[in-house]
Amino acid sequence: MKMYLSNIFTDPQMEKYIDIIVSSFLPLVKGALYYTIPLTLITFAIGLVLAVITALMRLSNMKVLQWVARAYVSIIRGTPLLVQLFIIFFGLPSVGVTINPLYSAIIGFSLNMGAYNSEIIRAAILSIPKGQWEASHSIGMTNFQALRRVILPQATRVSIPPLSNSFIGLIKDTSLASTITYTEMFRKAQEIAATNYHFLLVYTEAAVIYWIICIGLSFVQDRVENRLDQYVAK
Amino acid sequence: MITVKDLNKSFGDLHVLKNINMDVDRGEVVVVIGPSGSGKTTLLRSLNILETPEEGEITIGNQSMDFSKPSKKKQIVEFRKQTGMVFQNHNLFPHFTALENVMEGPVTVQKVSKAKARERATEILTKVGLGEKLDAYPHQLSGGQQQRVGIARALATGVEVILFDEPTSALDPELVGDVLNVMKELAQEGMTMVVVTHEMSFAEEVADRVIFMDQGAVVEQGTPEQIFQQTKEPRTQQFLNRIRK
Repeated sequence: MKMYLSNIFTDPQMEKYIDIIVSSFLPLVKGALYYTIPLTLITFAIGLVLAVITALMRLSNMKVLQWVARAYVSIIRGTPLLVQLFIIFFGLPSVGVTINPLYSAIIGFSLNMGAYNSEIIRAAILSIPKGQWEASHSIGMTNFQALRRVILPQATRVSIPPLSNSFIGLIKDTSLASTITYTEMFRKAQEIAATNYHFLLVYTEAAVIYWIICIGLSFVQDRVENRLDQYVAK
Repeated sequence: MITVKDLNKSFGDLHVLKNINMDVDRGEVVVVIGPSGSGKTTLLRSLNILETPEEGEITIGNQSMDFSKPSKKKQIVEFRKQTGMVFQNHNLFPHFTALENVMEGPVTVQKVSKAKARERATEILTKVGLGEKLDAYPHQLSGGQQQRVGIARALATGVEVILFDEPTSALDPELVGDVLNVMKELAQEGMTMVVVTHEMSFAEEVADRVIFMDQGAVVEQGTPEQIFQQTKEPRTQQFLNRIRK
């Protein structure tokens, strides 16, 4: 390690390293913009819808719905994401269901997000004081109206920090899609490194790009939180 | 206007409402007093079905709820629309401005157009003395102002009955007066009101009838004079002595 680093600065071929970094930068950024980020956005959106539905099922009075939601969350949380992806992509074809890498990734990650985020949303809904339900009912609202107009808007504010966490986790987890042959940013990095053998350089470059995306996201999170804070006592 | 018949309610082993019977006429102001744990708040909340009694019947206007039979959600929603409720902790919607809080019922529940609802809400808020605070969020208002928005919100759907659950108990003493004045004004305009409160001076001055409750039962009821000056009930006397100290 030490030797390699000291080599970088003494190596007369320094220019070559810079070349590698520069030439792999565009393909990696392309991988991020065309594949990693869209995959993240799509699966997070689908996952969020699943999560809200699952959270409401858990909170409903109907035992059947509660149990379906519980079973779903338990299975997804109790098994590794990588194993889930392998079952969908490599396992299902043996029973005649073949799904291409992109759709396999979308299904796998969405199911995952849905399960984890449902717990966040359930907790957020439960954190809204009972008086808010009562006030809604007292002006004649149905449960659904109270949920839509009063409870969910407030629960949204509560759930933004934990949801941002899970969003950032998802961006990094999409690198697992490389294992089911989906060419997102990390698989691009693998392909580049496989031809030039500069694994440290290329993988570090990929890491830095992930990091920059996540920094950008934290910034967006702050903005959104501030916007929603206008009605909260400071 | 309101008829309560043989109402019973328990929380586990605790029998909080014991065979309550009461009537409230249109335009009448009824104040319910009693020591804490006497069931007065539970009774009030039952009128809006925020608590569900196990037995008995409540009639408000031309709608009846018989609690010995399972009731449909829809029926409960319809029943609630006849009454407004003012809470001890106001329970305003923190993500809405004062104006939006008051508009919410008309717009979402009654499907009134936003323009009309805004006009009406402005009118009501002006009436309770908050014409200059329309766009303030609840956390920007004082406790007394918040509670007046709460009253405006309860009024906005055009209900004929308003239920007050200790509306001034959570307020700083100097803010109580503003809220009570708004309530007095409503009473003078002929609003039917059921008020749970510890403000005895309000009860003496504004109530048409006072109900004294203790341990889940109505001990006695009568005009403020009958209750506050001429009561023969030892439990009422004891309670009044304690709070007058």
